[in-house]
Amino acid sequence: MSRHSAESHPSTRLYVAIAVILAALTALEVMVFYIEALAPVLIPILLVMMAAKFALVAMFFMHLKSDGPVLTAIFAWGVFIATAIVVGLMAIFGKFGA
Amino acid sequence: MEGPTSTGIPNRKLAMWTFIGSECMLFGTLIATYMIYRGRNLVPPYPHDLLNIPFITVTTFVLLMSSLMMVLALAAVQRNDLRATKLWLGLTALFGLIFLGGQYYEFSHFVHEGLPLSRNLFSSTFFVLTGTHGAHVAGGVIWLSTLLVRTVNGKLDARHAETVEIAGLYWHFVDVVWIILFTLIYLLV
Repeated sequence: MSRHSAESHPSTRLYVAIAVILAALTALEVMVFYIEALAPVLIPILLVMMAAKFALVAMFFMHLKSDGPVLTAIFAWGVFIATAIVVGLMAIFGKFGA
Repeated sequence: MEGPTSTGIPNRKLAMWTFIGSECMLFGTLIATYMIYRGRNLVPPYPHDLLNIPFITVTTFVLLMSSLMMVLALAAVQRNDLRATKLWLGLTALFGLIFLGGQYYEFSHFVHEGLPLSRNLFSSTFFVLTGTHGAHVAGGVIWLSTLLVRTVNGKLDARHAETVEIAGLYWHFVDVVWIILFTLIYLLV
């Protein structure tokens, strides 16, 4: 085993807590979706909650929080390129304009 | 068992993370295609007529909880608790199968409602994007099943914890991709 092993990983209790937070965030996302008064701010609210869920899984379930910066950098680079592709193409095809 | 590496990171783990990084770009292109054509559908049926948010919320919950089962399987194999390893690996694969069953039901329902793959812009981009994700889930279920069989046959224990960890990384990646798809496809409709 390497130094990136069991002793640095979160406890079972923390894993369960993360899962509860993920479930709660998912329920909150769906609730927000059905509240018409929040329609004007629906997109930023949902994107923030999506990013929070993404970060929780990556940091704790995929152990990026404890596994060091090299693996985080590899993943972050892939996510950055993917995000640039999505945002760039949406901009080119006029999805942000009037 | 491999020896020490110059980065301090096991080679197989580094390879899996590199693969995951490249997979981000694959899904990035598919998501970009879906988002570009979103709202430009001229031929019915339209997404808001078909998407079943409560049903998909349940399957999303199942996939999220499968990630919990996966980390519990890893924790179990690390402490050489093979009984718990079998339980959590089996439950992870089962939850993956339930998710795939939900996706099969959804796809069948859409086709039955007059939305085959080539019907319109929405169907083409939706089926390719969620189908690619579903294929990844299916691959993960097969991988987890092989680990379960190896554990049952006594060929996987604490010495192979890294093997379970690498499979777990793939499974969690499939989960984070769905976190994005759930929001972009179903809630931002």
